[in-house]
Amino acid sequence: MSGPSTYQPQNAFLKWFEARLPIMGLVHSSFVVYPTPKNLNYWWTFGAILSFMLGAQIITGVVLVMHYTPQADLAFNSVEHLMRDVNYGWLLRYLHSNGASMFFVAVYVHMFRGLYYGSYKEPREVLWILGVIIYLLMMATGFLGYTLPWGQMSFWGATVITNFFSAIPIFGESIVTWLWGGYAVGNPTLQRFFSLHYLLPFVIAGVVVLHVWALHVAGQNNPAGVEMKPGQDSVPFTPHATIKDGFMVVLFCLLYAWFVFYVPNYLGHADNYIQANPGVTPSHIVPEWYYLPFYAILRAIPNKLAGVVAMFSSILLLAFLPWLDTSRVKSATYRPLYKQFFWVFVLVCLGLGYLGSQPPEGGFVYAARLLTAYYFIHFLIILPLLGLIETPRPLPSSISEAVLKKAKVAATVVFALALGSMACLSIATPASAQEADQEAPKPPRNTWSFAGAFGRFDQGQLQRGFKVYKEVCQNCHGLNLLSFRNLADPGGPGFTEEQAAAIAADYKIQDGPNDQGDMFERNGRAGDRFPPPVTWKNEAQARQLYNGTVPPDMSVLAKARTYERGFPYFLLDMLPFLAYQEHGVDYIVALLKGYKDKPPAGVTLPSGGSYNEFFPGHSIAMPPPLTDGRVEYTDGTPSTLDQESKDVAAFLMWAAEPKLEQRKRIGFQVMIFLLVFSGLMYFTKKRVWSDVH
Amino acid sequence: MTSAEPTRRDFLYIATGTVAAVGAVAVAWPLVTQMNPDASTIAAGAPIEVDLGPIAEGQVIKVFWRSKPIFISHRTKKEIDEAQKVDVATLPDPQPDSARVKPGHDQWLVVIGICTHLGCIPLAHQGNYDGWFCPCHGSQYDSSGRIRQGPAPANLVVPPYAFLSDSKIRIG
Repeated sequence: MSGPSTYQPQNAFLKWFEARLPIMGLVHSSFVVYPTPKNLNYWWTFGAILSFMLGAQIITGVVLVMHYTPQADLAFNSVEHLMRDVNYGWLLRYLHSNGASMFFVAVYVHMFRGLYYGSYKEPREVLWILGVIIYLLMMATGFLGYTLPWGQMSFWGATVITNFFSAIPIFGESIVTWLWGGYAVGNPTLQRFFSLHYLLPFVIAGVVVLHVWALHVAGQNNPAGVEMKPGQDSVPFTPHATIKDGFMVVLFCLLYAWFVFYVPNYLGHADNYIQANPGVTPSHIVPEWYYLPFYAILRAIPNKLAGVVAMFSSILLLAFLPWLDTSRVKSATYRPLYKQFFWVFVLVCLGLGYLGSQPPEGGFVYAARLLTAYYFIHFLIILPLLGLIETPRPLPSSISEAVLKKAKVAATVVFALALGSMACLSIATPASAQEADQEAPKPPRNTWSFAGAFGRFDQGQLQRGFKVYKEVCQNCHGLNLLSFRNLADPGGPGFTEEQAAAIAADYKIQDGPNDQGDMFERNGRAGDRFPPPVTWKNEAQARQLYNGTVPPDMSVLAKARTYERGFPYFLLDMLPFLAYQEHGVDYIVALLKGYKDKPPAGVTLPSGGSYNEFFPGHSIAMPPPLTDGRVEYTDGTPSTLDQESKDVAAFLMWAAEPKLEQRKRIGFQVMIFLLVFSGLMYFTKKRVWSDVH
Repeated sequence: MTSAEPTRRDFLYIATGTVAAVGAVAVAWPLVTQMNPDASTIAAGAPIEVDLGPIAEGQVIKVFWRSKPIFISHRTKKEIDEAQKVDVATLPDPQPDSARVKPGHDQWLVVIGICTHLGCIPLAHQGNYDGWFCPCHGSQYDSSGRIRQGPAPANLVVPPYAFLSDSKIRIG
């Protein structure tokens, strides 16, 4: 994107075209002959990975919009419709929701690489500031997008984030009302967030063009941090950088695919599978993981305005980094002191992230204050001073010399530091002060046929579970996202279409009006959805009947329930071979089996409540629904309480994730493909680079 | 690389490129097929039953099946005679009336009410042939729903349907 093009088309048409619009020349000079330092390591491929992710997010996003309805009453169900009915809708949505996380993974690596190698220093200040702007836009886009499914976390996340602006003196309240388009987050808020969520990625794409432009003017930084000399220091962008970037994009896709196909809800929140309810805030509000460090900073400061200011300044500080860092040496490789402070800073950011996910109480608050203080000290005191007192190691005279004398940095040191910090955190983790004795025990883990990478539903179990639902649960609990036809879908309970139609015919469906203008009841058809429970007509009546509670709809219940796994298990739960996604079903089984005849001594229950070991707060309005022999199984399975609970939980898992089998099957194919492809890319890359190394 | 014989390098590049192309196609497929009718739309296209009892002689009613308007015409004696007397050979889309109604139910004409020209809905009891007239581009259909005049290329389509009894049909 700089300098005159050396592109000389041979073809007559291309010559004619190039004389009128020199776009091929632009591409040629920017992405083909563009000189790239030959000593770039793999950390430099994250720019390409980010471009790939931006493209992936825009494409999947445009497709999702074809099925999504940005209206407060319809949004939640339109997302579920997408997950259940649209061809590959589940795949597209999981690609998009996990894609946001992958985008942030890549941007954090990209940013820390810039911090380590001093990529923000002269002459790349504008390039760096454009990057900070992209990062801010990404955060805004991610937040707006998380609002759209209109679950509980969407709603309350939107409420909390927009309330940041209420901290502004005098005008705060008016600004927040203006942002909401009402007196609280509501339909007008959702509609404008949707509009902006569609707009901002294209703004990001525009700033990315500027970012790349600025990059191509200044040239890339490199691990040695000395500027390229013409000639032997560089290789052409294509094929060298192209193939290297491509190889890393494929490897990154392996990570991405792992999340999409095997732990697609790991990075989300169970509460977001509960439709937004303006009357109830979830007990533990946390933002998406990529905002956690800043959320920790916000909560560390006990003053509303100061907290919001600290949070925003912690990001804006990055824009001033080129002038806060006084050292003229770019690469941390030649800055012995900075290198240590850099890794401390990385650990501080990780620590803040962990603290942001924990309840703001007890020792967590003090730890967050300590780390917040360090965060600012790093930028405002350590970096300016370090440049003055540090004696850098001698710089190589050229990139070529640096390559020859390349110091081997022991990766184990970094690894040990990371492990050490995690150990420190786990030791320092203070016990939650609040409700220590109210703490529910952890639900025991059960063995599920659908767990693991090759998990499949047990059709007999789903059919038994459906029987339990039909004979017990459905009196009070709806299943409104399911249609009778789903019972015959592949990957489900394995009923035939005739059986599904016969089951439907047992139900009365309200229809109408007929020619006389009257509503009437008819027998259900396969295409009908499960009708609402017959015991209550509306929520007010349900509250009247059931001690002030509304029996929740069960369609996505198995994904809407979870329990805390605690450190370090929550980290292990996302790993291959250890992956654990069955929090919801284990909780449901524990709940169904967790009733006690009498509350423990000293605990009194409100009238009509039952004591349940696993229910938060222990007082549950639902009386014990299942007992030994409550349902008569026709397949000879003994209908013990344990068996009934597991069967109905498995059925609810299928109801919540009807495409689970398809997802895991396609996931396996994708993984095999990506492994083969990454192998080929690796060898191709080696071939291409063989003349350089 | 001037040698015409494929080298190991060529093979590696071709293999990588081929696998990349396969991957691109595999990724494109979900993006394309998501635009096909979804499972709920297909389920909603199930057959419907229509009670013919309330339809008076000479009346045309409109019902919807698969989001398409279906005309059900209770034809008068005059309309039936006109439809049967026409010389089929003179029609743009030759089809005898008997091929467009169910045997023994000459008084009932059931057609998809979408003009075969460009998809507008023709108006009943208009035009010169005791049938339908399309307001968009002037196509005229007779009392058997056959094209008689105008740009439409074909007769109004007869949907799949069957008589469940003398006064009830199932469309689809």
